[in-house]
Amino acid sequence: MADTVQATAPSRGHDKLMIGQSAVSIYTAHAILILGIVVVAFPIYYTFVASTHTLQTILRPPLPMLPGGHFIENYSEALFGGVGRIGGVPVSTLLWNTTIVAFGIAIGKIVISILSAYAIVFFRFPFRMFFFWLIFITLMLPVEVRILPTYKVMVDLGLIDTYTGLIVPLIASATATLLFRQFFLTIPGELVEAARVDGAGPYRFFKDILLPLSRTNIAALFVILFIYGWAQYLWPLLVTNRNDMNTIVIALKKMVSFADADTEWHLVMVTSMLAILPPILVVVFMQRWFVRGLVDTEK
Amino acid sequence: MAVVDLKDVKKVYPGGVEAVKGVSIAIPDKALCVLVGPSGCGKSTLLRMIAGLETISAGSCAIDGKVVNQIGPTERDIAMVFQNYALYPHMKVYDNMAYGLRNRGTPKDEIDRRVQATAKTLELSHLLERRPRELSGGQRQRVAMGRAIVRNPKVFLFDEPLSNLDAKLRGQMRVEIKKLQRELGVTSVYVTHDQLEAMTLADVLVVMNGGLVEQLGDPLDIYEKPASTFVASFIGAPPMNLLSLTDGALLADGTAITATAPAGAAQLGFRPEDADVAIGAVASVNGISLPAVVEGVEPVGAESFLYCAAGGQKIVVRVSGRSAANPGDALKVVAKPEKLHWFDSSGKRLG
Repeated sequence: MADTVQATAPSRGHDKLMIGQSAVSIYTAHAILILGIVVVAFPIYYTFVASTHTLQTILRPPLPMLPGGHFIENYSEALFGGVGRIGGVPVSTLLWNTTIVAFGIAIGKIVISILSAYAIVFFRFPFRMFFFWLIFITLMLPVEVRILPTYKVMVDLGLIDTYTGLIVPLIASATATLLFRQFFLTIPGELVEAARVDGAGPYRFFKDILLPLSRTNIAALFVILFIYGWAQYLWPLLVTNRNDMNTIVIALKKMVSFADADTEWHLVMVTSMLAILPPILVVVFMQRWFVRGLVDTEK
Repeated sequence: MAVVDLKDVKKVYPGGVEAVKGVSIAIPDKALCVLVGPSGCGKSTLLRMIAGLETISAGSCAIDGKVVNQIGPTERDIAMVFQNYALYPHMKVYDNMAYGLRNRGTPKDEIDRRVQATAKTLELSHLLERRPRELSGGQRQRVAMGRAIVRNPKVFLFDEPLSNLDAKLRGQMRVEIKKLQRELGVTSVYVTHDQLEAMTLADVLVVMNGGLVEQLGDPLDIYEKPASTFVASFIGAPPMNLLSLTDGALLADGTAITATAPAGAAQLGFRPEDADVAIGAVASVNGISLPAVVEGVEPVGAESFLYCAAGGQKIVVRVSGRSAANPGDALKVVAKPEKLHWFDSSGKRLG
């Protein structure tokens, strides 16, 4: 077990070819990878280019392939000046809203699912399996299916145009509960018993043993759920009316008018760039943890 | 520091399976009691009931004169060493050992003093900052021991603690456990399926079978006077030779034995090392003298095992040093009368 640390360390450079691997196959593999990156990255690059030109340049095709000189102007106008088509709300407000919603959903989902998984795996109580199946079958009821009753409840509670209204209906997660359940089931019974003999009650066991062991799982789940929350469309569209409570995805949609001439395309492009930035940052900074959460079993 | 007293302890699982069917053992203070038996004999269940990890269905378990049936493992003041060590993988060795003390609210400097002292005893001082996965199997085993010792409990419980170690390390740790237990003077219960561990460690040996105690006592007494054929064949390696008798004087195939069997004897037993082989004519013996054919020879260095067929049954004879016998040789297996064990038809010892 201890020496697997050595074994999994990646070999560096081309001096360690796999058996049967030739230099040609390595170059081919790289060519295919690079092609894939170009296909994925080019639209993003083009969006960035468009976000640095004036509206007039964008509307007069063809669009240049190189960034223009209006980067600071466009970005500061969108971020702080306010966009006309969404009632003059600056994009910074939208970013703030979306950040709160994405964090709220990700953290809320993790907290609720880890606690329910803890209850289901480590405690014996009446109707335990009933509750487990109840959680399990909600997998079949995504937001879209229960959207009308949920909307009605939110209206009755006066939660339209609030962060609570945006976050709470999306917070329960059967998937995350199942994920934690599966992880908890792999924790050896002896470890639980050792903790009991060591005088750790349910709360201490959770805090001192279970949470630290779930770190990587939590991190991986956080990345997935943050992006899920960030990219929410249907629910925020319904539950927000005021422009200053929109999430960035909804605002982006509102910015685009059917009449091409009304749309401030340079600001739409800026908003698009800003909308994809936070998820990218989350993935980049949490990548190490994310990968460990998917592959590592630290037991 | 504590007497462990089990009175008619039973374990019935939901669904009616009876894992332990009424066991009474009184373990004296400072003694090391070994529970030994085949898998499924209830030894681990019994240990877990003493630990408080399983509820006691009937009977009572008292530690230090106090019945603990209804008390959780934390309050029983026991420490347990698990088969797979069950170290906390995310904690350093130091924290693994300190965790139980912290949960009991021991002052910080007291924790430090005790962890350092225990680490020194177990030669773990240089490993305190490591994590369990950076340790070898033997070191993990020591940490698991340390975690138990540092708490200074009333009773140590060991659940097959050496079964994951290689043979050499197991031998070393066995000696060390015995030494430590004696030095610390803590009453201990040790579960194993390895009869060698059981023999060498035990002050009190309990042989279990099918949820019941087959025999209880001093290990050498049990070895010399097994109470049943089960104990006879379980304790000792290779196990005692058991030959079925008809009419108390004939082997199953009609070979006569010279020794006089007590009334009701259905099986005759003798240890491999209590028998000897003789080639050619044997002067009259008052024990047994069985014609046998060698089927296999196992030289292991200091001694050799001869696997023989006698009277249609298999027997093993241990001879010291090298053996001149070869497979196919005909010889006589002889044993002295005082080395013979007799069992009745239910497997109970006679005389």
